[in-house]
Amino acid sequence: MTIHRITLTINGSSEQVDVPSNLTLLQMLREKLALTGTKNGCMAGECGACTVMLNGEPVNSCMVLAVECDGAEVLTVEGLAKDSVLDPIQETIIDQGGVQCGFCTPGILISARALLDRKPNPSEADIREALVGNLCRCTGYLRIIEAVHEASERQLQTASGD
Amino acid sequence: MTIDAHPALPEFDYIRPATLVEASQFLVRYPDEARPFLGGTDVFVRMRDGFIKPKYLIDVKNLDGTNDLSFDPQKGLTIGAGVNMNRVIASPVVQTHYPLLAEACRSVASYQLRTRATIAGNICNASPAGDTIGACLVLDGVLDIYGVDGARQEALVNFFKGPGKTTLKSGDIVTAIRFPLVPKGAAGAYLKLGRNKLSDLSIVGVTVWGYPDAKAASGYSFRIALASVAPVPLRAEKVEAYLSGHTPGAEVFQEAARLAAAACSPIDDVRGSARYRKAMVRNLTRKGLEKAWEGISRQ
Repeated sequence: MTIHRITLTINGSSEQVDVPSNLTLLQMLREKLALTGTKNGCMAGECGACTVMLNGEPVNSCMVLAVECDGAEVLTVEGLAKDSVLDPIQETIIDQGGVQCGFCTPGILISARALLDRKPNPSEADIREALVGNLCRCTGYLRIIEAVHEASERQLQTASGD
Repeated sequence: MTIDAHPALPEFDYIRPATLVEASQFLVRYPDEARPFLGGTDVFVRMRDGFIKPKYLIDVKNLDGTNDLSFDPQKGLTIGAGVNMNRVIASPVVQTHYPLLAEACRSVASYQLRTRATIAGNICNASPAGDTIGACLVLDGVLDIYGVDGARQEALVNFFKGPGKTTLKSGDIVTAIRFPLVPKGAAGAYLKLGRNKLSDLSIVGVTVWGYPDAKAASGYSFRIALASVAPVPLRAEKVEAYLSGHTPGAEVFQEAARLAAAACSPIDDVRGSARYRKAMVRNLTRKGLEKAWEGISRQ
């Protein structure tokens, strides 16, 4: 099987990695780069635990080949906080108690971040639709949805300088 | 016995051709071993489940303009094979002129899956359950296909031959799907029944589309496509003929719905029984006609 040498940017830093053709982005992150924040749930694009941003858009990293990411920019849960300051969605999911076992949380955070990037003031329907690909078996979702609401509000307040 | 719940992808070689010619020639050279892919959302799952074992996966994204979405006010809409479903949903020309396409794409899986999933891939996968296929059928989609003998076009209505089977030959690559301009006053609906409200595969999918048509005896033409109820995505042409001859209204829609249920040949499977599916085709066709009728401009 061919090994491909790829260069990509992960959480702001440039990485060069040798990847076999059948290695997924998820496997590369966890097994080659020790970025184990991204979780392996279903390996079929259904549970969303492996969600990361690829060139600014969320993807199921189990459904992307590492070799396809040559030249790409990837953001994982490890890259959400900047200089030890949490992203608003990280703060609010803690405040709201939107984390129980935590396995779905990295994927939820990335999906929510992507939603807030494309729609800073989402409705509840928008939030539910954006998180439909992220399964959580603990929380019942309500606190997660509330956390996204609150993150949106905090973000808009910060932007308006309040 | 151990069960591996997370099977890795089997071994294969990833090939990224520089041009369509190169991609097509490679596919011809290895007809049984090479397979083209776009977003991989079906191909990877089928490989993990052991249904297909390609030796080469040919990445046909980003080839020669296949990433463009464009609208020509004289000719209509062209969606490149590599354009993902989220881009289709967000496109202002799609929202204005082809909202049914956006509605169909929105019913597919989840946002993060749609970052990868494409309409062309959904069509080539040729699942009877393909959510975007009905909209493409009723909107008279035509595929641009690049093959060893050059480029050609093929109407979608003749494209499907069975579950997973199409008219594509070895070396053929779908590069785009085109839609003619839509008539004034058209409206449609995609009604999908899944096991949950969002994100599941369809148990039944009904696409309805209609528009004022002076040539039809009733003054209106309707098109209906049915998903998950036959070996191929189905156009219900008998129902369409009935509707063009009868003035739209509650009783006519009810009879059309009965004809739609009679026109399909569903199977029993894990998602639903054949009998249930037929009943749901009847209900959803009636609802779909009512919904489309609300949006269609009156003559």
